[in-house]
Amino acid sequence: MDKRRAQLLEDFDLLENWEEKYDYLIELGFDLAEMPQVLKTEENLVKGCQSSVWFDIRCENGKINFDADSDSLIVKGIVAIVDYLYNGQSAEDVLKADLSIFEELGLWQHLSSQRGNGLMAMLAHLKKAATDCLSQ
Amino acid sequence: MARDILSARQDFPILDIQVNERPLVYLDNAATTQKPQVVIDTLRDYYTRYNANIHRGNYAIAYEATEAYEKARAKVASYINAEHKHEIIFTRGTTESINLVAYSFGERFVGEGDEIIVTQLEHHSNYVPWKLLCERKKAKFQVVPFDENGDLDLEVYKSLLNEKTRVVAVNHVSNSLGTINPVKEIIQLAHDAGAVVLVDAAQAVQHIEHDVQALDADFYAFSGHKMYGPMGVGVLYGKEKWLDAMPPFLSGGEMISNVTPEKISFNVLPYKFEAGTPNVPGPIGLAAAIDYLQEFDEQELRAYEDTLLNYGIGKLKEIPGLTLYGNPKQRSSILPFNIEGIQHFDLGVLFDARGVAVRTGQHCTQPIMDALKVPGFVRASLALYSNRDDIDALVESIQRAIKMLKGAKKHG
Ligand SMILES: Cc1ncc(COP(=O)(O)O)c(C=O)c1O
Repeated sequence: MDKRRAQLLEDFDLLENWEEKYDYLIELGFDLAEMPQVLKTEENLVKGCQSSVWFDIRCENGKINFDADSDSLIVKGIVAIVDYLYNGQSAEDVLKADLSIFEELGLWQHLSSQRGNGLMAMLAHLKKAATDCLSQ
Repeated sequence: MARDILSARQDFPILDIQVNERPLVYLDNAATTQKPQVVIDTLRDYYTRYNANIHRGNYAIAYEATEAYEKARAKVASYINAEHKHEIIFTRGTTESINLVAYSFGERFVGEGDEIIVTQLEHHSNYVPWKLLCERKKAKFQVVPFDENGDLDLEVYKSLLNEKTRVVAVNHVSNSLGTINPVKEIIQLAHDAGAVVLVDAAQAVQHIEHDVQALDADFYAFSGHKMYGPMGVGVLYGKEKWLDAMPPFLSGGEMISNVTPEKISFNVLPYKFEAGTPNVPGPIGLAAAIDYLQEFDEQELRAYEDTLLNYGIGKLKEIPGLTLYGNPKQRSSILPFNIEGIQHFDLGVLFDARGVAVRTGQHCTQPIMDALKVPGFVRASLALYSNRDDIDALVESIQRAIKMLKGAKKHG
């Protein structure tokens, strides 16, 4: 996980301005594995006031697996980062997850001022799933 | 001699800053306008030279502060052509002004079975307080819809008015669609039915006519921060006969004339409604903003803003896949749109990367979004310092964003 973090930070560092960073995020979003339509249920919807995120989280052999998508391409890029860092990790590791990576990427100010981009909700869902997974 | 409108830009220091290494293109004026140097200087002068509590100190700077505060009241009264200066109540903003009326007028004059009419074009600030009043008093909450152009359906309005209608609450200009509502006619009809009207002028007072007597408005609410004045000051105008008959909203210091354990008597207007230490520099700064606005010729200003709005509408309509919302008979300063296949939030974020500031989302008008069946949209809104370069920068960022967002789709 730390290696992936470092990789992301390094990639981001090469980008010169905000436009390039968002471009990169959008590309990350497009590389995200497609979420099966059947999983985009009301139940899996984390509704923000600006954009929506779908999240289907599963606990499999002590590991957290998930599919996710967003109607916002930029938020989808964020989801892709969460996916890159935490998808398929052990429930213990997911419980330790935090959002500091977004601060380090310089994205925090941009995203946190937008209430309801779902980032916080996303993390809360992941942690809840990890807790449930461990208590099974 | 009135000033040249194109020279206004130089009076706003914030318009010179850089955002993300690009000059700021500020197109979120319906949320709040920027402040001219004279307003900034006025606030600074207040705090550096004569900060004191008002209406109570008997020393030089307290006199000066009190005088400036009361002069500001007179300035506002004359700007909106109120008959009396004590019909001007200073509040925190439009929201507080409306809540004051909903609580205080509602307390005294609205009862079970009465009816209140709002419109589907209202900001939540002129919708929720009335809805909650109706719940408290078991009154009926009625909503006038708008048509496909974004104009209010006056036939429905007429059919809703009856002898039980107590209050009609309507905005003069919609903050989402920019519709200029025919408030004069709406007020006339309400008065014929025996109802009073509150006009939410938050998006009107700085752009179009603002004469409360010509409109015959019973209440008229607006915010200083949307008309080049400071944050945290707003105005409630009310006809004397209503304000006199209404109980106080907040209570405490300043609003009383006599306090004994047996009996409290209230101060005269406007102080009855200004409990506690007010925001003293707020109204003083607002008065400076009004002075500033009046350096320009009002007709010229309106013509300038209308021409610019039409330029913007024309430019936006040329963009393939762009939907411009509403086509009202009269529109003021607001450009609401979406681009097919692109989320409005993404547009806002990408515009920001180019220094262009707009608002995205629901604009505190969920009933409008529900009626249009959209989750939200982008809103660009103009002010007196806006110009064609701003519109061109917006159009360029839209084109860039389309390229980035749709281009990525092709990759994927
Ligand atoms: C039409 C309208 N009414 C009311 C408000 C609320 O104003 P304030 O937040 O200054 O109280 C706004 C501001 O967004 C508005 O546009």
